[in-house]
Amino acid sequence: MLKQTEGSKAVAEAIALCRPEVICAYPISPQTHIVEALGEMVKAGELTPCEFINVESEFAAMSVAIGSSAAGARSYTATASQGLLFMVEAVYNAAGLGLPIVMTVANRAIGAPINIWNDHSDSLSQRDSGWMQLFAETNQEAVDLHIQAFRLAEELSMPIMVCMDGFILTHAFERVDIPSQEQVDAYLPPFEPRQVLDPAEPMSIGAMVGPEAFMEVKYLAHAKQMQAIELIPKLADEFKNIFGRDSGGLIRTYQIEDAETVVIAMGSILGTIKDVVDEMRAEGHKIGVLGIISFRPFPLEQVRAALIKSKRFIVLEKSLAVGMGGIVATNVRMAVTGSGLRGFTAIAGLGGRAIPKSSLHKLFRQAEQEELEAVTFVDLDWAAVNKQLEREKQTRRSGPIAENMLHDKGIVGVSAKFG
Amino acid sequence: MSFQPVKFYQTGTLTVGNRLLAQDERSVQANQMRSNSINSGHRACQGCGEALGARYAIDAAMAESNGQLIAANATGCLEVFSTPYPESSWQLPWIHSLFGNAPAVATGIAAAMKVKGRNDVRVVAQGGDGGTTDIGFGCLSGMFERNDDVLYICYDNQGYMNTGVQRSSATPPAARTATTMPVGPEPGNVFGQGKNVPEIAMAHNIPYVATATVADLRDLEYKVRKAMQMRGARYIQIFVPCPLGWGAASHDTIRLARLAKETGMFPVFEAEHGEVTSVLKIRNKVAVEEYLKPQKRFAHLFGKHAHPETVARLQAIADRNIRKYKLLPEGEN
Repeated sequence: MLKQTEGSKAVAEAIALCRPEVICAYPISPQTHIVEALGEMVKAGELTPCEFINVESEFAAMSVAIGSSAAGARSYTATASQGLLFMVEAVYNAAGLGLPIVMTVANRAIGAPINIWNDHSDSLSQRDSGWMQLFAETNQEAVDLHIQAFRLAEELSMPIMVCMDGFILTHAFERVDIPSQEQVDAYLPPFEPRQVLDPAEPMSIGAMVGPEAFMEVKYLAHAKQMQAIELIPKLADEFKNIFGRDSGGLIRTYQIEDAETVVIAMGSILGTIKDVVDEMRAEGHKIGVLGIISFRPFPLEQVRAALIKSKRFIVLEKSLAVGMGGIVATNVRMAVTGSGLRGFTAIAGLGGRAIPKSSLHKLFRQAEQEELEAVTFVDLDWAAVNKQLEREKQTRRSGPIAENMLHDKGIVGVSAKFG
Repeated sequence: MSFQPVKFYQTGTLTVGNRLLAQDERSVQANQMRSNSINSGHRACQGCGEALGARYAIDAAMAESNGQLIAANATGCLEVFSTPYPESSWQLPWIHSLFGNAPAVATGIAAAMKVKGRNDVRVVAQGGDGGTTDIGFGCLSGMFERNDDVLYICYDNQGYMNTGVQRSSATPPAARTATTMPVGPEPGNVFGQGKNVPEIAMAHNIPYVATATVADLRDLEYKVRKAMQMRGARYIQIFVPCPLGWGAASHDTIRLARLAKETGMFPVFEAEHGEVTSVLKIRNKVAVEEYLKPQKRFAHLFGKHAHPETVARLQAIADRNIRKYKLLPEGEN
């Protein structure tokens, strides 16, 4: 059914259609509207049987989900940013135990400085946790990916994060097609766990494993994600058969057939990028787009195949591997090893910094001319940065960097407090 | 065929032997049909109080729940010595997740049982004092506050024994641990404000809070069975001496547990909805020295460089417990 609705509300409705049995909720912006909506549905008796548990921290949220999933209940939670980091120990544990928990990550920057706006630093920090990660481009895709996520997680017995850009998607009102219960029931069978805490068949879950078997257990987690490379496109095909739309898959290309320059990105920025590419195409530029939906598992072969006919690529990412450069870019470079393709990394939109079309036009044209450094920081205020670097040379007690930046940029007062 | 006389009383104790009791009054552990939930063959040290406490507590919980029990276990000695794969001692469904999340994992299991309509399946969570009073404290308080249907059992051996005997918030003042060495002008653990988790549990007004020791296993079984007859969040803290961590003889585990109770160092009581309903009275009051001296962790308080003023401060703590919980028989408090 078509609805004009908020992204979070649409995702909450999709989750409810998946018949979750235990939902753990802890508030953190910008995911809060999702669990608020689910809590209301459970309280009103619209989503039943379901236990909605208001926990005392994100660490507890994931831990409750570990317990409920291990006891055979379909389990869901949502988080973002600091919340995801607070639960990290349990995040790894859920993957190590092979529990098919589904979690929405409303992607948000990580402090300090504390910042509530969107970038991809939070979930990308968990890239090696054993969780799968799918990135939604639109709210429709966020809805669809959640339905596919339960199927994928439960078939493989591995947890999955569905990542959607905080505020940009979670708080945006747009038209979304909410599936019917019949469609979702046809697509998603009841949860049949591979291991379960059951007094009729007692087993120990989560005991210690020494060097004699640990490598094999870890390899099998990797093998599961390799299976997901096969499974994700199949589940997207099946989804199309029942729901009638293309959604999900590993990657999505746009105007890539004859492209000499390919822009690679994840999430909602793909919309802006496609607009810029349309405008550049109208001027005769041979430029295309590669959207990565599945960040974990990372579809190395598919990315390579999509890029191999081009001459160069630029990865535009909302994340930063401090001391190294890009995170997504590093993965892409692994995919094109030995191809001779020229690759550029552009860090953009950290902490919610707007990524305007004008900046992308400039960036993509520079990429075409191969005039970029290996790593570019889009729209970085070099004057402010250099002023701070100079200040640190001159003054030992140079003060809090974050406050100085606001002073230097003229946002707070006219000059820095610390000289 | 050798002849063995039947003993009705255990030597040196006031505990009556099971054989004098009617069948239905006998202990769970005396019953041939006990569940042996934590089976023999595990790797606990000789004289481990925690192994003994867990054995009695979980078998009692199993008896009370007709074998319909699931356990969540925090990281720690109990988790390590009862596993690793594939040598699990546990004869009931058992999960270990992390050090600090056993109460939350148990909440999740209880929620799953509720949603599946399995009200007959009960949930117990367990951990040491480090996993309970320190790193798992947030999750424990959350579980209490929501009144989740979980019995949490803390096996209190007053330190991080699994990692090599470091101080926890349950370590008593003056005790030697690897992080509170008996050196300097004030040797051993500091005299802090203490952290009385049974009282903190009571402050949540949960249906049942109790303390017990491995010196009185009938009392322990009674409290576990009573807890299992209730619903909601319940907490039992069991005092379990650790021969290795305390520098005590393996055969002194039960004696030390009894002395902790008889000195007033560890008050044994039960409380319902935040109010104390009963205390186990001291039978033969003794000075704290008797409890401290057999333990190497307190050895620096005695001998050539004795610290009688520190012993006096510990005696004051015991005396305060005796006053506060009215631990002496009627008329003696």
